[in-house]
Amino acid sequence: MLVIPCPHCGPRGEIEFSYGGQAHIARPKDPEKVSDAEWADYVFLRDNTKGVFLERWCHVHGCRRWFNVARNTVTYEILAAYDAGAKPPKLDYETQV
Amino acid sequence: MTCPEKEGWGTAFEMMPRYSIFSLIRNALSYHEGWPRAWRSPEPKSSYDAIIVGGGGHGLATAYYLAKNHGMTNIAVVERGWIGGGNTGRNTTIVRSNYLWDESAALYEHALKLWEGLSQDLNFNVMFSQRGVLNLAHNQHDLRELSRRINANRLNGVDSEFLSPQEIKALVPIMDLRANGRYPVLGASIQRRGGTARHDAVAWGYARAADALGVDIIQQCPVTGFQVEDGQVRAVETAKGTIQARKVGIVTAGHSSVMAGMAGFRLPVQSLPLQALVSEPIKPVLDTVIMSGAVHAYVSQSDKGELVIGAGVDSYIGYGQRGSLPVTEQTLGAICELFPMFRRMRMLRQWGGIVDVCPDASPILSKTPVGGMYINCGWGTGGFKATPGSGWAFAHTVAKDEPHPLNAAFSLDRFRTGYLIDEHGAAAVAH
Repeated sequence: MLVIPCPHCGPRGEIEFSYGGQAHIARPKDPEKVSDAEWADYVFLRDNTKGVFLERWCHVHGCRRWFNVARNTVTYEILAAYDAGAKPPKLDYETQV
Repeated sequence: MTCPEKEGWGTAFEMMPRYSIFSLIRNALSYHEGWPRAWRSPEPKSSYDAIIVGGGGHGLATAYYLAKNHGMTNIAVVERGWIGGGNTGRNTTIVRSNYLWDESAALYEHALKLWEGLSQDLNFNVMFSQRGVLNLAHNQHDLRELSRRINANRLNGVDSEFLSPQEIKALVPIMDLRANGRYPVLGASIQRRGGTARHDAVAWGYARAADALGVDIIQQCPVTGFQVEDGQVRAVETAKGTIQARKVGIVTAGHSSVMAGMAGFRLPVQSLPLQALVSEPIKPVLDTVIMSGAVHAYVSQSDKGELVIGAGVDSYIGYGQRGSLPVTEQTLGAICELFPMFRRMRMLRQWGGIVDVCPDASPILSKTPVGGMYINCGWGTGGFKATPGSGWAFAHTVAKDEPHPLNAAFSLDRFRTGYLIDEHGAAAVAH
């Protein structure tokens, strides 16, 4: 079981959270000009990183706020938790993977 | 053939004795010490007509049908670990074909028909047991969905029947059907041709049969990269050196994204740990397969007497082969509600396999943006049942450079065209 450090409530068990997938995906700015292939990328394609991954979580059974987490998907180590909308913190990816 | 064979093993063709009642008796007389190795352990050649990356059930089946149906025998299967050590040896062994949509029903039903003759075809007992598979309905909505799926199955020639609670009770006396239970059972579908198979025997059987046709199975050989020139695949880089290949088929389940990344394209799959567990062995109490998508519990009893229990996937991406404890707890809670007599049983082992789940919970058997490279992935939580059909159709795709009508709809392109095959929930289980 993951212990996820909610930036607002502190460390809590994973059953209090729901998963939001990859973080930092921007909706196309000009939807009228986007091709089918680009829409497919936006809607369906996500990184499926083996290693350090930036992902969204929502503390649904707590403060109900969304935030981002940097987590290693192999060791499940959580390297950082930061506010939604903030830039990811500098991480030494090479040594962590 | 320029490469000299090692004395003693010879070529695969001359060394492969058939398994039969007579070979069993003969070997019994010599205390079972004279059984030959089931397949060779060759060093890779410098080039092959095709290389299949991934020696799981689907990859081995692909190699077998490439050799058997399409005459491609100068091929190799490269496997990172050992045969039967990945998802093929980690699943809950359930085989069925009662999928909702036409495309899925055709593919899984083709697989089920191959299952029915597989032990004879491979000359290897895969212990395919058509003990029936029940999918439970716990509320009115489940009942309606169940009826819809049963009718869709029957229109597609897939056997499927409705069972009332009384009929379920007659079949599975140990299940708690009381209306005041936490999960009242209002009905079930049954596919009587469905059942279970010995999962690692499937890998071993395909490996042995493919080897007998001349396929090189190379274990302990992780792939580290691909050589692509002018959009065409040329070679596979492995821990045992660079191997030239005219065609490459990727069949690596949870590591499909990693492989695709090496080849320079992306896949719409997410790798999630799916877990299973087995109990201590007990006397026979359950002679069919019970599945409940609503409560995410799947249970059957193995010939050894262990309950084989399948749980759901973790909600988050993970490459650790274990699975999260809250998922175990939820599944066992549901099992104990449905089968009160299991409440005091202990679980022996728990493990996870990394499954690659597509946005529409249907697989991808497709050409890729790289010429000569093909991918078979996205089977998610239900790939084992499809093993023969998957290999059969994917072998056609690799050999002919175009999909078979059975897998034409399961293309990578469907995410652009919108022609999704949405089996989330529709496939009788919640993925």
